[in-house]
Amino acid sequence: MSTSTAARPEEPAEQVLDVRDLSVTFRTESGTVSAVDHVDLSLARGEIVGVVGESGCGKSVTAMSLGGLLPGSARVTGSARLHGTELVGASEPVLRKVRGRELAYIFQEPMSSLNPVLSVGRQIAEVLQVHEGLSRKQARARAVELLALVGIPSPATRVDTYPHQLSGGMRQRVMIAMAVACGPQVLVADEPTTALDVTVQAGILEVLRDLRDRLGTSILIITHDLGVIADIADRVVVMYAGRVVERAPVHELFARPRHQYTAGLLAASPTPGRHAGTDRLQEIPGLVPVLSTQPDACTFADRCHAADDLCRGSAPPLEPQGGGGTSAAGHVAACWHPSTETRTLAATNQEPAR
Amino acid sequence: MTDQTPALELEDLTMHYGPVRAVDGVSFAIRPGQVTALVGESGSGKSTVGRCVVRLVEPTAGTVRIAGTDITHLSRRVLRKHRDDVSIVFQDPAGSLDPRMLVGDVVGEPLRIGARRLPRKERDRRVAEELGRVGLRPAVARRYPHELSGGQRQRVSIARALISSPTLLIADEPTSALDVSVQAAVLNLLADLQRDIGFACLFITHDLSAVEYLADEIAVMYLGQLVEMGSRERIFARPRHPYTQALLAAAPVADPVEQRSRTRVLLGDDLPSALDPPSGCRFRTRCPLAFDRCATEVPPPIPVGDGYAACHLVRPDGTGPDVRVSSGHEVGA
Ligand SMILES: Nc1ncnc2c1ncn2[C@@H]1O[C@H](COP(=O)(O)OP(=O)(O)OP(=O)(O)O)[C@@H](O)[C@H]1O
Ligand code: SF4
Ligand code: SF4
Ligand SMILES: [Mg+2]
Repeated sequence: MSTSTAARPEEPAEQVLDVRDLSVTFRTESGTVSAVDHVDLSLARGEIVGVVGESGCGKSVTAMSLGGLLPGSARVTGSARLHGTELVGASEPVLRKVRGRELAYIFQEPMSSLNPVLSVGRQIAEVLQVHEGLSRKQARARAVELLALVGIPSPATRVDTYPHQLSGGMRQRVMIAMAVACGPQVLVADEPTTALDVTVQAGILEVLRDLRDRLGTSILIITHDLGVIADIADRVVVMYAGRVVERAPVHELFARPRHQYTAGLLAASPTPGRHAGTDRLQEIPGLVPVLSTQPDACTFADRCHAADDLCRGSAPPLEPQGGGGTSAAGHVAACWHPSTETRTLAATNQEPAR
Repeated sequence: MTDQTPALELEDLTMHYGPVRAVDGVSFAIRPGQVTALVGESGSGKSTVGRCVVRLVEPTAGTVRIAGTDITHLSRRVLRKHRDDVSIVFQDPAGSLDPRMLVGDVVGEPLRIGARRLPRKERDRRVAEELGRVGLRPAVARRYPHELSGGQRQRVSIARALISSPTLLIADEPTSALDVSVQAAVLNLLADLQRDIGFACLFITHDLSAVEYLADEIAVMYLGQLVEMGSRERIFARPRHPYTQALLAAAPVADPVEQRSRTRVLLGDDLPSALDPPSGCRFRTRCPLAFDRCATEVPPPIPVGDGYAACHLVRPDGTGPDVRVSSGHEVGA
């Protein structure tokens, strides 16, 4: 169960990751920065959850805190359980073991995580030798299988190439192969396609979907692109200035955004072929604030057209959102004056539950 | 509007960086007041085209005409006279603005030298006016670029680019580094300014969805060459080149129902090298529809509506197949 507030009739199969009340602050030269504030988040087996929000909303800090990847200036509180193992405050040896086998990461720029002087096959094989105790020969054979799994053509030859000989998309595939080498339960993908061309992005998203389908991997995908969310996520978490402001199943979120920030983001996203006749995109004025403390207020109030004194004087709690029938199950938003808009999705009649 | 001299005319523009054939014979024209989007993926050569137009690089061959004047063979001195006619806005406003200069001086610089030189007081007035026009407060003039947000910095670049009243604006991925909310504001601003002032614009981008609000015409580039050109309406409604179709299919739409019911067109990740582009049609190594002739014959541009598509499968009447309806094609994977 993800929160105490969300009314969720059917429990999803098996919770793999359960994050509660996660907060992160940084000590900096100019004082404390509150980057993540009481975030609740869950991931079921085989589920793809998308985390979306503008730059600086705390998406990456949330993700990095799970594997203990934040610098020493970070203070993390709350709880993050991966199959019962508490990650917050866990010792480095425990975290290292978790990162190798149960929780894997891929990032925007694969080149920075790959060793330029080792062939891609060696790098994957090394992971397998260390964590799975495979022999060199077994590891190499498995590396070829993994390259095939992530859709790299002629894997038996490509296994001997070096990272710089590969295109950006191929390198990202190699990173994914390495990340899933030990069969992790959770894959955290932080902007995995942001640096790639759209034609290449489509292939990478396909690989991720395929991993989930074939291996049952749970995926937390972080992106600022609502198109990517629409493509791949089962559920969506919207973050703003360190807080979760809305959480919903994907169709529900796009059809009935409730938080004013979510509604604004959707309206600002250009969609090819959808806007013939209109000549303006909707804007969200202003910027994501950098907060030193979390105020008792809606932190979006400065940018929100619906803000009033209530919003400025007290923080809205995450509350269940009705109105969408059964598809609204698990839909929560933290907004005093939620949007009532219903957006027409293409052929809404195809939507499974209305 | 019809028989006017084009604001920009490229004829067989070619730019080779040593053996790398970044731009290989690109021709098109932009009428005064028209916005043309040059769309392509990384490595397609689109930014190099923009750089040739402002002569940040010297083209290897071909001609660039700005308002009828061939600028490719002008000396730097004579070129300076024409420089005010063209301005450029880059993707990364942080990298393109001098960090040691106050915003006011950055914006006013084009009026400090050259033909449009103005005295200080007059210049400050114009800077304030220009900042207002891009939605910034006059006080911003006394700040440094690093004290501004990405969106504000991009507004500063636009103000600087427009202060010399250019007839042509080159915008090279002006919104790619920005968040969607900020991107929306900058795109709206560019569209408003373009409508009000009426400059011609070459809008360079990898993102087809960003051009829909702005472009009159779209030119699609692949490995140094144009593969398709046409009105925005036609390109979105009836793209004819398989690469254009693939680009449109790949750009995800922010609608889970539509997005999940679309035919997927997977091209494979391996973009051929501009060092040694494929023979015949350069797109053939990733094209789901490639056949024998594509390897041996360079496809000529076939007229389609008001533009063209360079593909062997486009018929003389401008009709042709669409990779988005013949599903299951996959190349290179
Ligand atoms: N090491 C650090 N020290 C101090 N502040 C930090 C540090 N890392 C991140 N922050 C701050 O934490 C906040 C959240 O940052 P985070 O990187 O999680 O955002 P994000 O949502 O991933 O943004 P983007 O879309 O740009 O990747 C920001 O205000 C950021 O400046
Ligand atoms: S709580 Fe108020 S300020 Fe915040 S998003 Fe909702 S309406 Fe806007
Ligand atoms: S000419 Fe051949 S390879 Fe090129 S786009 Fe047309 S069908 Fe594809
Ligand atoms: Mg991030």
